[in-house]
Amino acid sequence: MLTLTPSKKRTLFFVAMGWALLLIGDRIGELRQYQGSFVAMYALAIGSIILLTGYSGQLSLGHSALMAVGAYAGALSINNLHLHPVIALVIATFVAGLFGLLLGFGVARLSGPYLAGTTLALAVSLPTLANQFPILGGEQGVVFDVGLPPARFGENFSQYKWFFWISCLAVLVMLWLISNVVSSRYGRTFRAIRDNETAAALSGLNTGRLKVLAFSISSGMAGLAGGLLVMLISGVSPSAFPLSLSFSLLTGAVVTGVYSLKGVMLGGLVLVAIPEIADSLVTRIGGSEGFTATLPGFLVSALLILAVIFAPNGPGKLLHSFKKHG
Amino acid sequence: MIKLITTILTALTTGAIYALMSTALVLVWRSTRIINFAQAGQAVLSTYVGYEITVRSGSFWVGVLAAMIFGALLGAVIDRFFMRPIFKRIKSGPILMIAPVVATLGLLGIIQSIIGFKWGLTYQSLAAPVSTDGYNLFNRVIAFSPFNLLVVVFATVSMLLLTLLFQKTNIGLALRASAHSPEIARLSGIKVDLTRTLGWALAGAAGGLAGMLYIPSSYLYPNAMDVLLVFGFVAAVIGGLESLFGAVAGAMILGFAISFSTSYISEKLFFPMAFILLIVVLLIKPAGIFSSKKSRRD
Amino acid sequence: MSLVVENLIIDHGAIRAINAVSFSVPTGKLTAVIGANGAGKTTLLRGLSGLKEIKSGKATWNGDSIVGKKAENLARAGIMHVSDGKSVIAELTVKENLALTGLWRKDKKDVAAATEEVVSLFPILGERMSQSGGSLSGGERQMLAIGRALVARPKLLLLDEPSLGLAPLIIDQIFNTIKKFVTTMNLTVVLVEQNAMGALAIADEGVVLNLGRVVAVDSAENLLKDPAVRAAYLGY
Repeated sequence: MLTLTPSKKRTLFFVAMGWALLLIGDRIGELRQYQGSFVAMYALAIGSIILLTGYSGQLSLGHSALMAVGAYAGALSINNLHLHPVIALVIATFVAGLFGLLLGFGVARLSGPYLAGTTLALAVSLPTLANQFPILGGEQGVVFDVGLPPARFGENFSQYKWFFWISCLAVLVMLWLISNVVSSRYGRTFRAIRDNETAAALSGLNTGRLKVLAFSISSGMAGLAGGLLVMLISGVSPSAFPLSLSFSLLTGAVVTGVYSLKGVMLGGLVLVAIPEIADSLVTRIGGSEGFTATLPGFLVSALLILAVIFAPNGPGKLLHSFKKHG
Repeated sequence: MIKLITTILTALTTGAIYALMSTALVLVWRSTRIINFAQAGQAVLSTYVGYEITVRSGSFWVGVLAAMIFGALLGAVIDRFFMRPIFKRIKSGPILMIAPVVATLGLLGIIQSIIGFKWGLTYQSLAAPVSTDGYNLFNRVIAFSPFNLLVVVFATVSMLLLTLLFQKTNIGLALRASAHSPEIARLSGIKVDLTRTLGWALAGAAGGLAGMLYIPSSYLYPNAMDVLLVFGFVAAVIGGLESLFGAVAGAMILGFAISFSTSYISEKLFFPMAFILLIVVLLIKPAGIFSSKKSRRD
Repeated sequence: MSLVVENLIIDHGAIRAINAVSFSVPTGKLTAVIGANGAGKTTLLRGLSGLKEIKSGKATWNGDSIVGKKAENLARAGIMHVSDGKSVIAELTVKENLALTGLWRKDKKDVAAATEEVVSLFPILGERMSQSGGSLSGGERQMLAIGRALVARPKLLLLDEPSLGLAPLIIDQIFNTIKKFVTTMNLTVVLVEQNAMGALAIADEGVVLNLGRVVAVDSAENLLKDPAVRAAYLGY
């Protein structure tokens, strides 16, 4: 009989996921491929929030800005350094991670509202800084083009399928890496810090350094998600990263459940589905302009509140907590 | 010279508005340990009510009063029927840290949607009760109008009244005791549930006033006060979150930093300056300038 | 007229901190609750003052149940709890700290009179009136915390470890003052103490707690003589 270590099981799971997505990609239309790419991108971005909040106990409202950092880094690598798109996405990850590392040194010792305030200010100020540098293209931004799918995939291989492949592969690889990290010694120490920072410090953990590390990894994930986002909209500009993006990610994280990375796809799905649902509702019932423009925001907010009230620890923990606390 | 004077006066005007928002945030933070992101929505909804009343009564002042009363009631209702039930259910874990943020953000979205449903997304303008044309100084029109002066005076007077309430009255003492130590306050027989609702109500009134003083220089739309919320929050954090004095001082520091950097260096520094200032302050004093506490944990 | 506790159960997280505890405190008497660290003494007081949820059992004061009541309402009904850790609000002045328990009382004249009595009981507080609570010494804080409770003219006083962390001389002074006001003010007092010797010396009755259970109830005099109690809690 074949026995598998947990890490091998995880790897096998991700390979199976990849295989499944490959098959799914062949069977769905271009619109669904495009939406699927967004789901994957959001899942990764939500994962970055969960890693930070659920695993290391920090709160960030600035992940939209970190995504912007990755996006601009990726765009510059393609446009100015003429690097391969895949390398550009790797660079997006590392540049955002490095940015997060530097920022982490400044903010990781902050807690609660101070961290929230700093990251909030980052989210509103960083995109406006892009206007200061001509190389970033000002309000118009710069293009982000990963190019056509390689010719060997054949003529029927559409651009959207190419997006879908890149997004899913990038997200699976990244989440596989992260799931290895969180189930390693680092993951356990992150959780120890989250649950009781004083106790963790007393047992000899360098809590400050570990929090900075978590912040940096989370930023890297956000950077990659940012790179994917601008690939999908084929350009990067300050307006692609509004503060509301940070809030959407928080919504996704709460809906997924901040304790576990396992449900990130669900969070991504919800973020993509809500505007769709709102649109179809609007076309069905009609209404004033104010109503139609406001409905998606209303649905997101209502979902957020319902999630906090009825499943504050995520859908998985809802059942778990019933068993535990009676 | 004129530029310097204008810059200072602009700093005072913007600082006064930030101060009202940061005070509102600090009032809620002190009484419930929640950063109330819905404040922007509450304030803007109160301003819509004030706007309607102004239009109907023909008096801006009746509108201000209506906005403040509505803001206070709304704040009290939100605390009593929204925040309190939610936080009875959530007791521990990382969700405790993001639940307040998420709940108030959700509420912000709901309030802004309600405004969208009721008034639409179009920009409305609210006429100022006094002239918004700049004063003449040395035969030059400066960017400071009688209305700006009124804003500064109103904000100052309301801050003074609030300080008197807190420092000189029994209710103020109960509010301070509940803020610093809810447990000791309860053991002393103070109804802490009531004082926290009162904190929310005062914050709501401050937000309504902020809206009525800010909107005449801008436009009224559902997201009209989002930026003010961010700056009010930054100011509150700079001031250390715990004291009203800190909130006002933080707002003034922010107002001056933004006014001077945008007028002397670059207009584009409007947003980045808030972040730069915040980082500098928190690197030196991780719990804000006017915080006596050594620890930043709450 | 008395405090009666029957089969009280209070949980502290997963731990049963108070397990089927029964005792009664007659009016006008001082009862010392002694026991080692972790015996459940503080949890017992927090349950009686409404800070901690009582899982089951009965607790009545003058025949009225105190189970499930809010702390602030119990305080207004005359049950004053001076919690441990020198419960003083550091950010408020001494005067403001003392005023807290008078805020809700209708009879403002009596509040003023009670405040004066407290100041004559602890003269040092009179000298420190405009200082912040945070600037006081440990002993002064304890006096302020007890004084604040007395301003409310309580009928039942729950004192949690007033001697904790204080110098022996100050402990004597505080215990003597407690003894003094119990007799002059006709108060009923539950005094929780690790300092068993000092507590039993001024108490009328004693309750010995161990791991959440009552192991002995007797007059303070008898407990002081009991060899088992002496060996376990008095150290000789």
